[in-house]
Amino acid sequence: MTIEELEQIAESVRLENAKFDFEVNVCMDLACASQGADKLREALVQAAAASGKSILVRKTGCMGPCSAGPLVKVDEDDTLYSHVKAENAEAIVSSLGGTPVPELQCELNEHFDKQVRVVLENAGHIDPEKIDDYISRDGYKALMIALIEMTPNGVIHRITESGLRGRGGGGYPTGLKWSTVAKAGGDLKYVVCNGDEGDPGAFMDRSVMEGDPHRVIEGMAIAAYAVGASKGFIYVRAEYPVAVARLTTALREARRRGLLGNNIGGTTFNFDVEIRLGAGAFVCGEETALIASIEGRRGTPKPRPPYPAVSGLWGKPTLINNVETYANIAPIVRNGGKWFADMGSERSKGTKVFALTGKIANTGLVEVPMGIKLREIIEVIGGGVPGGHTFKAVQTGGPSGGCIPADMLDIGVSYDALLKVGSIMGSGGMIVMDDTSCMVNVAKFFIEFCMTESCGKCIPCRAGTAQMHTLLTRICEGVGTMEDLELLEDLCSTVKETSLCGLGQTAPNPVLSTLKYFREEYMEHIQHKRCPAGVCKIEAPVEVLA
Amino acid sequence: MSDAVEVKTLIIDGEEVSALRGQTILEVARENDINIPTLCHLEGLSDVGACRLCLVEIKGSNKLLPACVATVFEGMEVSTNTERLQKHRRMILEMLFAERNHICSVCVSNGHCELQTLGQEQGLTHIRLPYRNPELKVDASHERFTVDHNRCILCTRCVRACAEIEGAHVWDVMGRGINSIVITDLNDEWGSSTCTRCGKCVQVCPTGALFDKSKIGSDHPKYPDFLPYLNLMREAQ
Repeated sequence: MTIEELEQIAESVRLENAKFDFEVNVCMDLACASQGADKLREALVQAAAASGKSILVRKTGCMGPCSAGPLVKVDEDDTLYSHVKAENAEAIVSSLGGTPVPELQCELNEHFDKQVRVVLENAGHIDPEKIDDYISRDGYKALMIALIEMTPNGVIHRITESGLRGRGGGGYPTGLKWSTVAKAGGDLKYVVCNGDEGDPGAFMDRSVMEGDPHRVIEGMAIAAYAVGASKGFIYVRAEYPVAVARLTTALREARRRGLLGNNIGGTTFNFDVEIRLGAGAFVCGEETALIASIEGRRGTPKPRPPYPAVSGLWGKPTLINNVETYANIAPIVRNGGKWFADMGSERSKGTKVFALTGKIANTGLVEVPMGIKLREIIEVIGGGVPGGHTFKAVQTGGPSGGCIPADMLDIGVSYDALLKVGSIMGSGGMIVMDDTSCMVNVAKFFIEFCMTESCGKCIPCRAGTAQMHTLLTRICEGVGTMEDLELLEDLCSTVKETSLCGLGQTAPNPVLSTLKYFREEYMEHIQHKRCPAGVCKIEAPVEVLA
Repeated sequence: MSDAVEVKTLIIDGEEVSALRGQTILEVARENDINIPTLCHLEGLSDVGACRLCLVEIKGSNKLLPACVATVFEGMEVSTNTERLQKHRRMILEMLFAERNHICSVCVSNGHCELQTLGQEQGLTHIRLPYRNPELKVDASHERFTVDHNRCILCTRCVRACAEIEGAHVWDVMGRGINSIVITDLNDEWGSSTCTRCGKCVQVCPTGALFDKSKIGSDHPKYPDFLPYLNLMREAQ
């Protein structure tokens, strides 16, 4: 496979598509599928056949605004239809070539205007099960450029120049990580993709793996070339069966096209990828636990150093990056590091995909440039809080993150800014809460999550989160005391500073941030035995008769 | 000078000490009679860095490092007993005491328990945390030994001794988080497991979780010091 051959394939796909007068893309992602996208697609195919027009009906990955699903996009004029039902199929088909169906048109112009799509550039345009669709949109071109025109160091330099930081949450500079692995000795190295997305309310990685699997594989292959690895693993949770199926198909097709295997692109570079399934343990997203899990052992973390870059899978130097990080690689190699570094804020470059969930009008996936204000994401892109309620807080970074109150919405989204206000970027979950949410209860929810997901290896995380949960339950039930609150803060400090891995070290964040910004709600529960949001069931104290 | 004998100098609690490259902070501290509390660490077994009691402060870093696995570097300044560390250590011990059931007066290991000793050393006078008191099983099916899970602190010394020294790997951990528990084989009764009856796990257990049946109610010290000797003899062969 060479660049010319890739272009031939792309050209043949374009010719094939040109045979059709119209292209209709149907979002088949889980959210749309659960609202009947399957039937809709069948109806569209039937209507297309009946109309006599030449129409290509394509299934695609997630288009973004899940709450408006099922979604249909007509490529000719980029018309997006929302809430489409099977019975609307005929109307859409007959409108092709004329004026769009007004009552189905999606009114989310502002939602899309503010977004910049790098990772999701192919979302809604390609069939994830067809490698040629991906190739027709510059797919695998970056791999060929890297293999044929660039040295491994050149690739690393380009990634460093781009300023890309790890999208799994930690924000470690990707170029630096790659160069560490590249410098590590030994002829056997591994490249691992962390697809163990476990934050409640986060589904960015799932969407990328399901909607554009080749993008991840291409990123991994480029990384392998750069660091000198010949073997890759994609670690996906078994709860993502569609992602696993799509990745399996993608790997098979990539092998068939000679884009994986031996002598890729006619060079001496060999690389292949295997899929490993996780059993749904949150802690396996932590890199040393993930390594243990791939090796077939109990998924528990190990103290670092040694870092996986030096001693990882089976003791070999191992590069571990998140799905979204790999998804950024191909565009950076294609367009140059500077192109990427021009987007975003000073120390956080590029774009970030967020999963907007909770009390917000437009739930779904959004991709925004770094540095954009939280307020813009929530009020403009997200469409604000529905139902006449008022915004209270947004939780970023899942159970490891914190709750950010309304008066801090004007901070720009970046790794450092979020850390400063007591939260983290995390992998990209964004849960919006309104005045019907009790912040003590929210803190309890996240601590309960961390408690059940703790692996149990180190004491602070195992016993500390359980103690925090007990104290928070007391406060929620209206039997908490000021001593409990003081104890809770002491526990937070010890768990945060002494836990073995990131799970424990960040577990107190939801409690600390709610204590910082919503302390009065804790006080109401403790001193007045009252839940301001009316969420916690506090029984009136029984009067003791003298 | 080859890598193997490279000497590093560092400062532990204000005292200048020297160490070999690759040595852990704990090793160097103990060589110099500086006490760092440990619980999951035991000389002769691999280190897992799980109990977090040996955390120390390194000048120039806000992060606390486990002395049992962190290796020394030139010019390192280590503090092993700051107020911050003492506070965390007491809290971790409190967590352990409240996690299961540790009533010393009715424990076979009373007077010979590492958890009890640590509590005394760290000046733990009372437990502020609510006691969880889970009612866990006591497995007395083995002809010689008993496991009382209520006294277990999940240090995994038994797991490591069985796998690394005896080579039997009968013990392992089941479940996760607060529900973790040590098991024999695939959660079989100890008595009907593949246990080799060597008793190493009992000797390395820091509390009264594993004990010798013949000594119930009597003075019940444990002797884990055979491990370094055993390793030494094996290496010499």
